[in-house]
Amino acid sequence: MSAMGRVVRSGVARRRVQTVVIALATMMAVTASVLGGSLLAASSGPFDRAFAQQHGAHLTAQFDAARTTAARLMASAGATGVIAAAGPFPTATAAPRDVAAEFDLPPMTIVGRTTPDGEVDHVSLSQGRWVNGPGQIVLSADYPVGPSPLDTDLRFPDLPGQPTLTVVGVARSVGRTADAWASPSDVAALTAPDATGGYQMLYRFAEASTAAHVERGQAAVLALVGSPALLGAQSWLTIKDASEREVALFLPFLVAFGALGLVMSVLVVGTVIAGAVGTATRRIGVLKAIGFTPVQAVRAYVAQALIPATVGIAAGVVAGNLLAIPVLADTDQLYGTTTTGVTWWIDAVVVAGALGMVALTAWAAALRAGRLRTVDAIAVGRTPRPGRGRWAARLTARLPLPRSVSLGLAHPFARPARAAAVLAAIMFGATTVTFAVGVAASLNRVQIAKDHAAADVVIDTFAPPRGTGPAPNTAPRALSADDTAKVTTAIQAQPGTAEYYRVATTQVAVAGMTGFARLDAFTGDASWGGYEMISGRWFTRPGEVTVPSTFLTATGTRIGDSVVLTDHGKAVPVRIVGEVLHPTNNLLVFADAATFAATKPNLTAASYHIRLADGVDVSEYLTGLNSALATSGFTAASEQSTGGSSTIVLLDALAALLTLMLVAVAAMGVLNMVVLDTRERVRDLGIHKALGMTPLQTIAMVIASVLVTGLAGGAIGVTAGVAVHRAVTPAMGDAAGTKLPTSVIDVYQPTMLLLLGLGGLLIAVAGAFLPAGWAARTRTAVALRTE
Amino acid sequence: MTVPAIELHDVTRRYDDGPPALHDTTLSVAPGEAVAILGPSGSGKSTLLNLIAGLDRPSGGTVTVDGVRVDKLNETGSARYRRAKIGMVFQFFNLLDDLTVIDNVVLPAQLSGVTRSAARLRAAELLDALGVARHAAAYPGRLSGGERQRVAVARALMNRPTLLLADEPTGALDTASGEEVKRLFNDLHADGQTIVLVTHDLPLAESCATRTIRLVDGRVVADDVRAVTTGRGR
Repeated sequence: MSAMGRVVRSGVARRRVQTVVIALATMMAVTASVLGGSLLAASSGPFDRAFAQQHGAHLTAQFDAARTTAARLMASAGATGVIAAAGPFPTATAAPRDVAAEFDLPPMTIVGRTTPDGEVDHVSLSQGRWVNGPGQIVLSADYPVGPSPLDTDLRFPDLPGQPTLTVVGVARSVGRTADAWASPSDVAALTAPDATGGYQMLYRFAEASTAAHVERGQAAVLALVGSPALLGAQSWLTIKDASEREVALFLPFLVAFGALGLVMSVLVVGTVIAGAVGTATRRIGVLKAIGFTPVQAVRAYVAQALIPATVGIAAGVVAGNLLAIPVLADTDQLYGTTTTGVTWWIDAVVVAGALGMVALTAWAAALRAGRLRTVDAIAVGRTPRPGRGRWAARLTARLPLPRSVSLGLAHPFARPARAAAVLAAIMFGATTVTFAVGVAASLNRVQIAKDHAAADVVIDTFAPPRGTGPAPNTAPRALSADDTAKVTTAIQAQPGTAEYYRVATTQVAVAGMTGFARLDAFTGDASWGGYEMISGRWFTRPGEVTVPSTFLTATGTRIGDSVVLTDHGKAVPVRIVGEVLHPTNNLLVFADAATFAATKPNLTAASYHIRLADGVDVSEYLTGLNSALATSGFTAASEQSTGGSSTIVLLDALAALLTLMLVAVAAMGVLNMVVLDTRERVRDLGIHKALGMTPLQTIAMVIASVLVTGLAGGAIGVTAGVAVHRAVTPAMGDAAGTKLPTSVIDVYQPTMLLLLGLGGLLIAVAGAFLPAGWAARTRTAVALRTE
Repeated sequence: MTVPAIELHDVTRRYDDGPPALHDTTLSVAPGEAVAILGPSGSGKSTLLNLIAGLDRPSGGTVTVDGVRVDKLNETGSARYRRAKIGMVFQFFNLLDDLTVIDNVVLPAQLSGVTRSAARLRAAELLDALGVARHAAAYPGRLSGGERQRVAVARALMNRPTLLLADEPTGALDTASGEEVKRLFNDLHADGQTIVLVTHDLPLAESCATRTIRLVDGRVVADDVRAVTTGRGR
């Protein structure tokens, strides 16, 4: 082995702690980078990417089987501008019931497809398999069922013979072409006797970037098929717009995490390598003294850094790819997309970047030492340069603290550059934690506000009563006047009812706007129902309305303006009195039902929302109310059981995982710095121990050496985290088309900020704990002999 | 019967698979004795000193200092033992460069929990007695070798130790400074301080020690009690 090889090998073997730290730090940084890069990639045009991967349909068209034929539809694939088509697939709409849970599910559009592949709309399976025969069904990942629906039996009670299908898979169509897929023969069986069957055709056009392009393509198709046969059509641009609106809220959050991960990785790898090589100045001097050229010495140290770093990088890539599986699955669910894992080029870029960074940093640090005159390099002691931080030592010596603590407190001032690196690591860690906690809290509040779920008990008339269901359809069940009276009486008579309101949903036209706006008409005071106001107030009388931001933007109105809603040809003038938080793409109006008493006298409630008096037990109340409701056929449930948001769970899980990861990277940065510092101070450590410093005092001294930087890093990090949150959160709202009320932005309480600030201290202490233990175990006689 | 200040019984210290650095050593030092450990490099002198100071543990045998079984102490016990009973002086002073002279001197007392103000009183007395009081606020780097060693002695005496251990205390000093330190040790011995010093410096041993123990290859080859040839210097 050459002299160079021996030096490198002995350097790696001799400095085992440092070698391990370099490998670990690089591994964690690479893991975070792979995750961060994957998040950034996943967040870059998620819909367009997934749509391109799936060869999504630019136009999803539903045809009436009675007015056209399969052959004619197949021929439509040759329409001008159509570059690919799939179908015709038989379709049916029916409402299933979960047999085991005895729970009615919303109506679904079922498409008969024998394969998930095809020229258009490559449906991606996320669980299970595709149908391979009758009696099976694959659910869309967007269909609202539990997280593990496999093997669930779905019965269609309203169809002759009550057919039952077993869920064999869960799949995602980015173009949302169906709620479920089954074999074509099953779809025929799922078509109601009095209904004509339908066909679905999926088209891709040569030009589809604008609505005009899609409309032109649709016209070309209809020219061949005939317009009367078309039951409905869906442009991919509509889905794209809806999808982008939905993900807009989460996108900045994940991008920020990805970016933080990358920045922290660069910081930690840079400081770890620079620190490790920088402490070898004396040894580089010795190598030069025995005949190494500066170039040889530099090469030796670059190699010494690259060996453990390469091991760490390899382990980090593996760990990053493994960890990315659940993270990307979560982001897929948030974005409504499909990915197959970490893209290969992310791994390649991260590996190349990490290797390059290690080599460059090691080269720069070693070159600095290599260029020193040999005599100066050898003279560089292992203890800090005398003179630095003496003022701090004098100051802390006067503090009424145990001496071991006051000695430690002065340490960072003797090595300001290293202290700055520790500070930066802690600061980034604290920023990440603060930002994550803040964004998670904001999103939770947005989601809660969106759910309007402040009621304790809900009666949802949408779900047909169990066991007695009439034919389900997509509209809420129409309550008779008798039903309304029964339910109202039961609620009023039930002990424990504090207040309640009911909501009916219908549609009205908005003067000057095409299409319809959804109208949520309330009977009773709903201001307590979880409607978070952005500005203005909740309506209090007929003629007043409260609207989401989207309505104001679309109509160009402001609070205080009047608008005319048209219902059944009659104009109903209303005044906007408040802007409510409700992220939506559509026009939506909240108003008192009495406003429409003249035009909609028979509005029937879609749901009742009940607030219980203080101290009333929800389950006891439910038992009593459901008993009273038994004859009405409706069921009351607690709000929690109907309004749980999987999005919140997902976001919280993602935030927790990513925060943990970045905090670990930050702690690793601290650990490395403290290891270096402790190693350099090993002789001082020996002196202290020879003078009677106990192991506990030694630990206290080392831990105290990061307290100042921990507190400062925590304070700066929390401030930065709050600032980032304040900048990102409104941007998230803007992207989602809504303003956010101060309650969503001002999520930090003083106690929470204090705890987050102490989080910086925790990162510092966690990072210093191992080296502190090592310092405490160092044998005094050995430490005293160390040069 | 007086309890021995130091008592070693069949003490062996072996590092890895090599020959023992100290081999079946048995010796006893009475309170007030000044013992010089002599011997060539690698003879086991520093090992012996480290074992007495509780900085190292024997592979076999027992080490008892002022009634304390040093070989039985854990790390915390060893640290407390050194604080209470041992003062150490090193060849290269081992002063902490970032602390002023007085902060170096008060350190052992502060580690024992003595308040800074109380410790400073005692430190001022010691620095004054050793002739370096004017350097109290200075940093060790600005002092001469002799002055630094005086500061190190002051630090060693801070907690009024039973035993003063010195490892080549004149090894890094010029002749004049060496003489200063020699006189200092004489004075300390005259005041009744039990001293064990490891040295190559025969004149130092002859002037300060009432007893010389010679080690060769980890074994005691001579143990001579003798009269001090040099009187008190001050």
